[in-house]
Amino acid sequence: MAEQNCLVTNDWICGEYLRSRSQELTDATVQHIGITVVSVLIGLAVAFPLALLARRGRRFAGPVLGLTTVLYTVPSLAMFSLLLPVFGLSAALVVTGLVLYSLTILVRNILAGLEAVPEEARDAARGMGYGPGRLLWEVELPLALPAVMAGLRIATVSTVALTTVGSLVGKGGLGNLIEDALPSFFKAQVLAASVLCVLLAVAADLLLLGLQRLLTPWTRISGTSRTPGTAGGGRTDPDGPGGPAGLPAPAKVEAG
Amino acid sequence: MGVIGDAWTWLTTGANWSGDGGAAHRLGEHLYVSGVALAVACAIALPLALYLGHIGRGGALAVNISNVGRAVPVFAVLALFMVTPLRNSGYWPTIIALVLFAVPPLLTNAYVGMREVDRAVVEAARGMGMSGGQLFVRVELPLAYPMIMTGLRSAAVQVVATASIAAMVGLGGLGRIITAGFNTYDTAQVFAGAVLVAGLALLVEGVLVGLDRLLSPLRRRRPA
Repeated sequence: MAEQNCLVTNDWICGEYLRSRSQELTDATVQHIGITVVSVLIGLAVAFPLALLARRGRRFAGPVLGLTTVLYTVPSLAMFSLLLPVFGLSAALVVTGLVLYSLTILVRNILAGLEAVPEEARDAARGMGYGPGRLLWEVELPLALPAVMAGLRIATVSTVALTTVGSLVGKGGLGNLIEDALPSFFKAQVLAASVLCVLLAVAADLLLLGLQRLLTPWTRISGTSRTPGTAGGGRTDPDGPGGPAGLPAPAKVEAG
Repeated sequence: MGVIGDAWTWLTTGANWSGDGGAAHRLGEHLYVSGVALAVACAIALPLALYLGHIGRGGALAVNISNVGRAVPVFAVLALFMVTPLRNSGYWPTIIALVLFAVPPLLTNAYVGMREVDRAVVEAARGMGMSGGQLFVRVELPLAYPMIMTGLRSAAVQVVATASIAAMVGLGGLGRIITAGFNTYDTAQVFAGAVLVAGLALLVEGVLVGLDRLLSPLRRRRPA
């Protein structure tokens, strides 16, 4: 009975809530993860060709980076609303909005990663008879991977947080629970959904950090001591070109 | 094209701009909370970041705070405020949330800007006999300026975006036009509100880019 009461007294933490609504919480979390994963994967698939295009020269880099920067400036609420006439009240609307956001960071980081590949490495590969395709896949991309992964981590963490705004059209994963709880000031639900959201972001970040280590074993042998990966991944961000609010952007935009 | 035409009609109808829930009032609210929040955030973050950067400490804090800021959903923070008594205090829930999300980009960028100042230049300035204060004002600050402005720009854009999300928890601002449109299934109004919110964000970004160029202490173009 005492536990039942926490629903009545509207406590912040309520075991009875977590028990009785566990299905609701699970469904919302699954939707949240689904929307995030689909958005980031599509974002990655779109960002790669864009980055390759931008690499072909200033003529392409200006418009590509300019456009993605403008998209990033549009507030999420406005972005989802602008897409409403096209997609209606659907998960596709939320995914499209999130993809457009992820492009800024992903394109910039992929581009910076590719541009940071040492020219000697390219020359050596060409000298060994590598064609452009094989050069890209077997030499440039692996060397660009740390920067790409840094961008992927930032994009994923932001996407997890932004997905909540999708509750505007009823497809916001855990954001839906937050929205539903507001009219009745249901503290336990708002807090539980919010905490789950942050946990999801941290878990995704750690997962990607692990993946990065797995994919780039050579970065660990190089001898320089790397700080153990904290949830924030403080080491990669400031180095990563998309780091704090993307430093290279303004200069590139001017060029366009 | 129908929606765009309807949205244009909505925007050009005077009645939609006047009154308590009108666009003009919402725009005023939006600018007010954004302005106050940005000023408070600058007052908190910039002195702290510049000081930490000058003495070269607290890097982990300055960098990690922006990662935390990214991971926490704006909507969740606003919603948490709205289930506390804070909801009865007018614009304060919005302003506090805006400050919380404006501090990380300001702090991180200003700190990184200060730390990225070439050590050789700092040593040279010290060798010329500059005091800590002189070094800060004449060398570090001008060289860190581009990064500080980058931080200010992303903070300002973040603030304008966050202020629109405040509407989702029933607080004021331009976002209310959008949420009101959703409640009445008025797609034209949703679109019109979105155009206003997006336009404001782009305008803020544009003005700050212009100011950045105008005020740059070095008055040089950064190489592309």
